[in-house]
Amino acid sequence: MRAAAIYPVEGVLLVSIQDDITDTDILDLQDALSERIGEMDAKGVVIDISALEIVDTFVGRVLAQLTAIARLLDAETYVVGMRPAVAMTLVELGMYLPENRTALTLTHALQKIRGSGPG
Amino acid sequence: MTFEGCRKAASVDLRTDRDVAMARGVVAKVMKGEGANTLMQTRFVTAVSEIARNAVKHGGGGRLDVFLLPRDRSVGVECRDRGTGIANLPEAMTDGFSTGDSMGRGLGGAQRLTSTFEIENAPGGGTVVRMTGKLQRR
Repeated sequence: MRAAAIYPVEGVLLVSIQDDITDTDILDLQDALSERIGEMDAKGVVIDISALEIVDTFVGRVLAQLTAIARLLDAETYVVGMRPAVAMTLVELGMYLPENRTALTLTHALQKIRGSGPG
Repeated sequence: MTFEGCRKAASVDLRTDRDVAMARGVVAKVMKGEGANTLMQTRFVTAVSEIARNAVKHGGGGRLDVFLLPRDRSVGVECRDRGTGIANLPEAMTDGFSTGDSMGRGLGGAQRLTSTFEIENAPGGGTVVRMTGKLQRR
């Protein structure tokens, strides 16, 4: 999958998404990521969307689903790198992504995942 | 509203989700070239993504044309699909209404993100969406 990549780093799955990602690519990502969380017993997932110039209702919905799947598999998901204009547009669309934890940077997300510990 | 007499900046054939991604990129590039503000570009391109996806998913594909409207300091997009049209347009524009498994925020959302928005069932079949977006916030 060219449009998205998954990198395992010390118990956390880092996901980077490219700007030209298609709906099919993002559904493939959802499948691949769900399997990887189970396989490696990941405690966290960090999805970097800094390359995305827009997030529409479809991508927003998949991000919310990914978070819900990860939670059922006992992993927490952080979305990092959201551009300010993207955040403003999502709110106008009525998509507040309440299930998604967000962090401004990858470093912050990793600190939060490490800091939360078991339970 | 039509874009008759306006200069066409680009055209994208919409067949697959790859074309939807391309439509986003093409409109973003046109707006960037016209000196659009980042937020205005993000809002309009998001609306383009919603209507282009609708055309591919529900309208059997179609075509999206991008126009320059320098007098209004705006860009315009016309998207025509090859579907059977939308049975109940006011209902389709309502947030939460969906014929499929989506959240039903697409069309209403696209309307909120644009400065003008119109949708009609074309006489020869299919749905036509025309919308414009300002390049600057004011």
